[in-house]
Amino acid sequence: MAETSNLLKVTQEKDVKVVEFTNNKIIDEANISEIEQILVALIDEKAQPKLLLDFATVDHLSSAALGMLININNRIKLKNGQLRLTNIKPQIYEVFVITQLNKLFKILPTRPAAAASFS
Amino acid sequence: MPLRITIPSDFVAGREAQKRILDEVIRAGFNSRDTFAIKLSLEEALVNAIKHGNRHDKKKMVHVSASITAKKCEISVEDEGLGFVRKCVPDPTADENIDKCSGRGILLMESYMDEVKWTKNGRRVKLVKNNVEGG
Repeated sequence: MAETSNLLKVTQEKDVKVVEFTNNKIIDEANISEIEQILVALIDEKAQPKLLLDFATVDHLSSAALGMLININNRIKLKNGQLRLTNIKPQIYEVFVITQLNKLFKILPTRPAAAASFS
Repeated sequence: MPLRITIPSDFVAGREAQKRILDEVIRAGFNSRDTFAIKLSLEEALVNAIKHGNRHDKKKMVHVSASITAKKCEISVEDEGLGFVRKCVPDPTADENIDKCSGRGILLMESYMDEVKWTKNGRRVKLVKNNVEGG
């Protein structure tokens, strides 16, 4: 069953929570904070959370959004969980390359590839 | 004539200033890649000024000026805070900082713009993007 907010759509695929961004911008501090709260709640639900973030709709993000993603990654790592990012548009992927966060995050080109990469 | 906008230390006001400037950038004929670069850099400069410079103090203002032609986009963002020393900001791509949550705004500005110059003890940043296809 899908859980939705104004900013995210969350579905379950096997033992993976799949999160789609419903807004094309992850910029506003208030929105970033709300997204973070929802993701933290999803992480807290499971002993070893598996989270797949689908960026298909995202056209813009800011350094504050990157900070939020790093916090989410750190929280998941603390619980020995797994985080995957997918469907990142080339323009947005360049932001990850410039900041070298493409080395920190596991980024897969498609959702099936990302889903298959969970162990 | 350059666009001059003074706003309080407020993200909503920052967003409105950003929109006015980006409308000019699009009107001047910058392509979508350059517009993305300017939007991202201006966002980071405004957030820095409001959050780190003026520390959300609504009595302190952010002064934005923009001169946009078909060939060049020059934007200045100045806060009324204490300033900072650019070379003292740690490298966010260093191994010891890569999983820290902040410190990437300056890196993004300096990567996406052709020129980024800090003056007034770090209270003012000038961002320049040339339009190689323009004019």
